[in-house]
Amino acid sequence: MAAVTAEVREAVVKRRGHPSSHGQARFGFAMIGLSVLFVAVFTAIPIVASLGLSFFSWDVISTPEYVGLENYQRLFTDGPVLKSFGVTLGMALAIVVLQLTIGLGLAVLVNQRKLVWVRTLFRTAFYLPLLASTAAVSIFMGYLFDYKFGVVNYYLNLPGISNVPWLTSGFGAAATIVLIAVWQQIGFTFVLFVASLMSVPTDVLEAAQIDGAGGFRTLFRIKIPLISPTILFAAVVALINAMQLFDQPYIMTKGGPGSATTTVTIQMYQKGFQNLQFGYGSAIAIVLLAAILVITGLQFLAARKLVFYQ
Amino acid sequence: MTESTGTLARIGRITGVAVLVIAAMIALGPLLWTVTTSLRTPAEAFSNPPQWIPLHPDFSNYGAVFDRIPIGRFFFNSVIVTGLIVVGQTVTCTLSGYAFAMVSFPGRSVIFGIFLATMMVPLQTIIIPVFVIIRYLGLSDSPLSLVVSALGSAFGTFLMRQYFMQMPRELGEAARIDGAGHFQTFLMIYAKMAGPAIATLAILNFSGFWAEFYRPLIFLQSQDNFTLPLGLVGLQGNLGTGSISVVLAGVVLAILPSVLLFIFAQRYFIAGITAGASR
Repeated sequence: MAAVTAEVREAVVKRRGHPSSHGQARFGFAMIGLSVLFVAVFTAIPIVASLGLSFFSWDVISTPEYVGLENYQRLFTDGPVLKSFGVTLGMALAIVVLQLTIGLGLAVLVNQRKLVWVRTLFRTAFYLPLLASTAAVSIFMGYLFDYKFGVVNYYLNLPGISNVPWLTSGFGAAATIVLIAVWQQIGFTFVLFVASLMSVPTDVLEAAQIDGAGGFRTLFRIKIPLISPTILFAAVVALINAMQLFDQPYIMTKGGPGSATTTVTIQMYQKGFQNLQFGYGSAIAIVLLAAILVITGLQFLAARKLVFYQ
Repeated sequence: MTESTGTLARIGRITGVAVLVIAAMIALGPLLWTVTTSLRTPAEAFSNPPQWIPLHPDFSNYGAVFDRIPIGRFFFNSVIVTGLIVVGQTVTCTLSGYAFAMVSFPGRSVIFGIFLATMMVPLQTIIIPVFVIIRYLGLSDSPLSLVVSALGSAFGTFLMRQYFMQMPRELGEAARIDGAGHFQTFLMIYAKMAGPAIATLAILNFSGFWAEFYRPLIFLQSQDNFTLPLGLVGLQGNLGTGSISVVLAGVVLAILPSVLLFIFAQRYFIAGITAGASR
């Protein structure tokens, strides 16, 4: 009976199928139309335009002037811009390493808790900072890490530690911004790793326990290899984000003191939107994009050896 | 089991809990300080030790923040901008996600491939051309510029497509036999089942665009058009370090909607994070 209805249905679909496949194509194009339009105008075309603009000199008002590779030549001899790439790379690597290790550590610890409400409690605690905007975080963290009146230095003073120049020394500012970014972003890696640890099959863990593997052995030999694809994903996403670090240094230190926290995106903002050098700004953007692609590629290359796919 | 391994395990367990509690305190401390300091009088706001428990809460800062800056206006702008993006992307991504998953048309995989490729491109590397296009459209310094340039999303399309791919095709075929049109089949059967994916996308977009600072900084010039994060940073600049409790009251007001949403829809936030990992 069921087979008969299926056959009938198939026959009907076939019969209607031919003339309506044209209609189906039209329907498909209509459905993707809006998305294609907006993604094309505001993402796809700008990628090409960004590359194109990088070969021009343009101040938005007058006509663009073709200058060949001049912007790139300038970039590779522009000390402050080159330094901003170093600053960004250093801060981004620090953020990613801390975010992954702390996030993984906390996820492993929370996963050992058996009570669901306890897990929910910690998850909420680690997720809350992610709900605040980076602008809001930069504002209150700026107060907390204030040299003279900040709460952090107040508590350090109690056991006799003298005031730390959190945001007023070069290394201090970079390190503090890294810590603040990690503080806010930790919920992202934490939630990912908790979900992924939950999916490790319990029979595998039980087998390990029967074979006498201790907690650390189970963690490094079984759990981490099994969730390594998630670790790779987290590393890639965290790095792409960290390479675009802008809000916190822009709001808290304006890239200073000196140029200690002037990231590539701050340089690009200054050259592009404050000095109205759209061509040069685009060249910086393209080199940043290339740097991100290269690092992501390296991550995937390293993953070929380290990531375990089931 | 010997007694020493039992003790060792207990020490390990206690250390683990201690680490978690300390980490939670570090995560929550700055937020708690922000809330309690916003309830102190402006005069004592920056005096230490901080007041962790507001015994005598002073709500005057919440009134003052409305007097000092047009925070009502910022709030309104943020609601409009975020709301329109959430609704707009829900429509565009549901439509295109369904088509890429369920409808066959020529060039489907090529176009979808281009979508996936654009998903990887960071916003900051294309912001200059986007700004130029906004200018050509005559939307400079308009909150609408934030909306229009965010109406399409490759990631949102991908998210919806993944969800539609899991749905049984037989339902649609049955409906077609019963005489339903293509769009009717989509709307009456599949879109109705896509609730959880739509909720995930909407919440991801809400929390992302509500908090956005970079595009507003570049697209907007006049204070009347500012969204909350941009307006708050301006407020901080205007006041200097004079009365931080007023600034912090503004910060609390800005964070509150996200926190409320999180309390009621926590699982969609979590789904949003883990959805990305499945690609």
